[in-house]
Amino acid sequence: MQGQVILFQLLNGIGIGMIYFLLSVGLTMIFGLMRFVNFAHGTLYLVGAYTAYSVSLLTGSMWWALAFGPLAAAVIALISERLILRHTYEMPHEAQILVTFALALIFQESIILIFDPLAKNVPVPSLLSGIVFIGSFVYPAYRLAVVFAAAVIAILLWFALERTRFGAALRAGSESTEMVSLLGINVQKVFMVAFLVGGGLAGLAGTLSAPLRGVEPFMGSEALGVAFVVVVVGGIGSFTGALLGGLLIGVVQSMASSLWPEGARLMIYGAMALVLLVRPAGLMGRS
Amino acid sequence: MKPLLEIADLQAWYGKSHVLHGVSLTLMPGETVALLGRNGVGKTTTLRSVMGLLSNLKGTLLFDGRSLMGMPTHAIASLGISLVPEHRGIFATLTVEENLKLAWRPSSRWDLASAWNMFPALEERRKTYAGKLSGGEQQMLAIARALMPGPRLLLLDEPTEGLAPVIVERLVATMRELKAAGLPILLVEQSLDVCRAIAERHVIIDEGRIVWSGDTQALEAADRIVREHLTLENA
Ligand SMILES: Nc1ncnc2c1ncn2[C@@H]1O[C@H](COP(=O)(O)OP(=O)(O)OP(=O)(O)O)[C@@H](O)[C@H]1O
Ligand SMILES: [Mg+2]
Repeated sequence: MQGQVILFQLLNGIGIGMIYFLLSVGLTMIFGLMRFVNFAHGTLYLVGAYTAYSVSLLTGSMWWALAFGPLAAAVIALISERLILRHTYEMPHEAQILVTFALALIFQESIILIFDPLAKNVPVPSLLSGIVFIGSFVYPAYRLAVVFAAAVIAILLWFALERTRFGAALRAGSESTEMVSLLGINVQKVFMVAFLVGGGLAGLAGTLSAPLRGVEPFMGSEALGVAFVVVVVGGIGSFTGALLGGLLIGVVQSMASSLWPEGARLMIYGAMALVLLVRPAGLMGRS
Repeated sequence: MKPLLEIADLQAWYGKSHVLHGVSLTLMPGETVALLGRNGVGKTTTLRSVMGLLSNLKGTLLFDGRSLMGMPTHAIASLGISLVPEHRGIFATLTVEENLKLAWRPSSRWDLASAWNMFPALEERRKTYAGKLSGGEQQMLAIARALMPGPRLLLLDEPTEGLAPVIVERLVATMRELKAAGLPILLVEQSLDVCRAIAERHVIIDEGRIVWSGDTQALEAADRIVREHLTLENA
């Protein structure tokens, strides 16, 4: 590969990786906190992407889509948590998988009914449709903006986790929710906020990736697979792990797709296997 | 005077196994009561029942005249009851200071300064992850954290378990300080010496039932009861 091509694929990988981080951070947080296995997490990515598609079609502006995609996903995450998921926290993981898998299928089939099974394109926000020059190197402005936006969100999230009382409750809760409630904190509320924020971020991931890859009804289940890989590679429950894992998987996928396009997906799982061989609990995992 | 805590005919189950068979115990304002008993007789279960951590309960639980039955744990804690659980339950991945701040409430008369004042050793380690502390320091942190919300009743579950004699002495001094400050304590202990040093009333539990209660003087005289219901090595 040429230097320019490598740089191009590396930047693409970082962009995809940041989207994978946004997608996975809620899943890892929720598992760390509640030991809850959410097979409906990819659905929130799907909802974000299709909301972005619909809103941009209706309003002609991708900016409204950027606001409504995450919002729709956050609301759906919150409603499903309150109505259904919270009743399964005490159940075994198999039951949680069944319930959330059913939920994911219902959403996927509804999308097919409302729209159709075909893939659709989503426009890039007009302001970001151009290219930027970095010296002699040319790169799409939108992809660069995605990296920046995700980085800003990662910093804000880190701050919220490490420097606020709510963040401390979340971290403490992943050690023992019982002990957190003994301090007078309503853990049900902590769970709700975790779902709301985690769902909104997965929706944002779907929204941001819609102009890059379009939308289709099966993107949710694909995203779920990727998110689980990122969570396992990064270490279950770890914020930094989700960031590193997302970037690693994004870069591996991007590099592999220029070397061996058919095997890009396989390489993701290869990378996961390698990481787990060296660090069984994941990059940042506590065993 | 009406009791601060009133437990009457409390029965508790873990699944199908019946663990408490009618525990009754009252604690008056300002009082320190010790709950003694052998391993596995239901001491921890009694404290956990008060905190709303058992789903299968029967009987009466009153705090300040108000029933705690069916209340969620966080609401019970917010009424002003703090539990220092068996094995301490400190958050290992949070710093000492974060552990304390998480428990603090605006209405509390306690703050970080009063915690450092009571446990200077903790202030030196305020930025240390709590998991890195020694056993004694962890127990101090657990007690300091329980004080942060400004409780009106402190429940301590075997605070001296597994600690070196000097540390036990230090903790006994702390508990006496809290008692002198007027904080009521329900203390679960296996060491008779610690009970005698802190509590004015003692309650012995065996196989889920209260079998004896009396003041410190009566406990000294109750040789047969102690031999029958407490293990000898702890006597
Ligand atoms: N989570 C649980 N599930 C089932 N049985 C339990 C559980 N916790 C405790 N038990 C049982 O309930 C009984 C009372 O236990 P509890 O922990 O209250 O005793 P304890 O007096 O605190 O003992 P120790 O001095 O060992 O701490 C014991 O027989 C114990 O085996
Ligand atoms: Mg016990």
